[in-house]
Amino acid sequence: MSNIIKQLSIFVNNEPGRLAHISSVLKECNINMRAFNLAESTEFGILRTIVQDPEDGFNKLKTKGIIVKKTDVIGVYMEDTPGALFLAADALGKASINIEYGYAYSYKDKAIFFIRVDDPEKAVEVIKGQGIRLVDDSEI
Amino acid sequence: MFWNPKMECMPVEEMKKLQYEELKSLVTKLYESNQFYRARMDSKGVKPEDIKCIEDISKLPFMFKQDLRDNYPTKMFSVPNNQIVRYHVSSGTTGKPTLVGYTQKDLGYWTEALARSFTSAGIGPEDTLQVCYGYGLFTGGLGVHYGGEKVGATVLPSGTGNSERQIELMQDLGVTAIACTPSYLIHLLDVAKKMGVDIRKDTKLRKAILGAEPWSENMKKKIESESGIETFDIYGTSEQAGPMFTECECHNGIHIPADIMYVEVIDPETEEILPPGEKGELVVTMLQKEAFPLIRYRIKDITHIITEPCPCGRTSPRIARITGRSDDMLIIRGINVFPSQIEYTLLQIPEVGDQYMIIVTRDGALDNMVIQVEIKPDAFSDNMDDMIKLRRHIESDLKKYLNIAVTVELKEPGELPRFEGKAKRVIDKRVI
Repeated sequence: MSNIIKQLSIFVNNEPGRLAHISSVLKECNINMRAFNLAESTEFGILRTIVQDPEDGFNKLKTKGIIVKKTDVIGVYMEDTPGALFLAADALGKASINIEYGYAYSYKDKAIFFIRVDDPEKAVEVIKGQGIRLVDDSEI
Repeated sequence: MFWNPKMECMPVEEMKKLQYEELKSLVTKLYESNQFYRARMDSKGVKPEDIKCIEDISKLPFMFKQDLRDNYPTKMFSVPNNQIVRYHVSSGTTGKPTLVGYTQKDLGYWTEALARSFTSAGIGPEDTLQVCYGYGLFTGGLGVHYGGEKVGATVLPSGTGNSERQIELMQDLGVTAIACTPSYLIHLLDVAKKMGVDIRKDTKLRKAILGAEPWSENMKKKIESESGIETFDIYGTSEQAGPMFTECECHNGIHIPADIMYVEVIDPETEEILPPGEKGELVVTMLQKEAFPLIRYRIKDITHIITEPCPCGRTSPRIARITGRSDDMLIIRGINVFPSQIEYTLLQIPEVGDQYMIIVTRDGALDNMVIQVEIKPDAFSDNMDDMIKLRRHIESDLKKYLNIAVTVELKEPGELPRFEGKAKRVIDKRVI
């Protein structure tokens, strides 16, 4: 049980067909993505994804020769209403915690904001202190 | 018009005698005083007294670029250090660069060759010559500069870059001749067009001395028809001294002053000397060189020798436009680059794997070199900034070593092609 979630970060060449290749490997390895985000520069991209069993996914991808890293992120539950992002972001800002990047997932009336911060442990404390719920790794 | 009619129009037989005397005294002196060259001659079992006519040069051993690198910096020099008056530095194949030292006499024959060349191209005291070669360690700028001053032209040492300003100066100072790489001239013509400057009407530019990179008859036609500028091919590398030899106004090959440089063309495989007209690898001997020897030097440029008399009256042999290289050297924006230098630099960077590819394109008129490298899995970071920093770090290391800006692309392991047998890591897409 932990509020710190292991995200998989995957190196993807920014060339036609590369994302398809990575996706087919994910399929072969039977890895289910719950959320993902794609960041790119001109020649390469980083696929960041939250998967059900990150340890298992990480090992499978490694044996397939995919460049993959585990990165600590946190998942913040938000009401699917205007102003919900403000509450969490404001609390982190006031605690001087920097958000490096983030991506959101929303389904029906609930939304989750996955964020990478410079100090995940402290961020967990700050968010909880605001009475905001965090995703537990067992929920994924 | 001749700069030195006695030497330039000397009957061939008389010139051969002069060449023989120069070679004989050079080889005799080197055999006595230069350890490198003595060892090289001994290994081929040849002594100075075996040289009885200029054709006997074929008995002498070859020299290679590797010899210059192995003897870096000054081990091959054959004069005391206090007689060296200048250094230039050019790219080596790996690790160390090639250092060229000059005595006063070396600078003298270099400038003399250029004075003859410029005069043969119709450039003289009435001209203003804009030198857009790099000044500094590269031989292009300073070499052409002193040649221009020698014939009494007004020299504008504008160097490379800042193209708008180059065009403004060209207009303001009434520049009549320019010396630069052919691709830079094409770039300048584009810039002039964008500035609304018509080269024919708004400038006095009429002649261009173009070299330091391969170019073709097609490029020549394109430049001449678009701008009305008469172009002259210039040849010469730092080992010889620098850019030295050009076409004359008859435009049928590059004149090689026979009292300064002796040329042979060989089959690079069999090392057999080829007759005039047959294409092969150029081998040069600098007959007046002092600081270090350059005898039967395998310069790796592909050309053929032309001996039919030139209507200009010069009796010297000529070489045809250089059509390629017999090694893998690339010329990027006028700078020599060996793939081995790139490999050497990449091997020093711990984050980089051992596979790489070099892709050369021509973007408008200017060369662009992209180096694709595979990164090691451990070097991958989830942080985009770290990845961009890694790329910039590789780019800056390459720039430091190659002296030109390159673009690096990061690839994942296994992404770049693997080779069985000889690797083909260079893809040159330029159409010249």
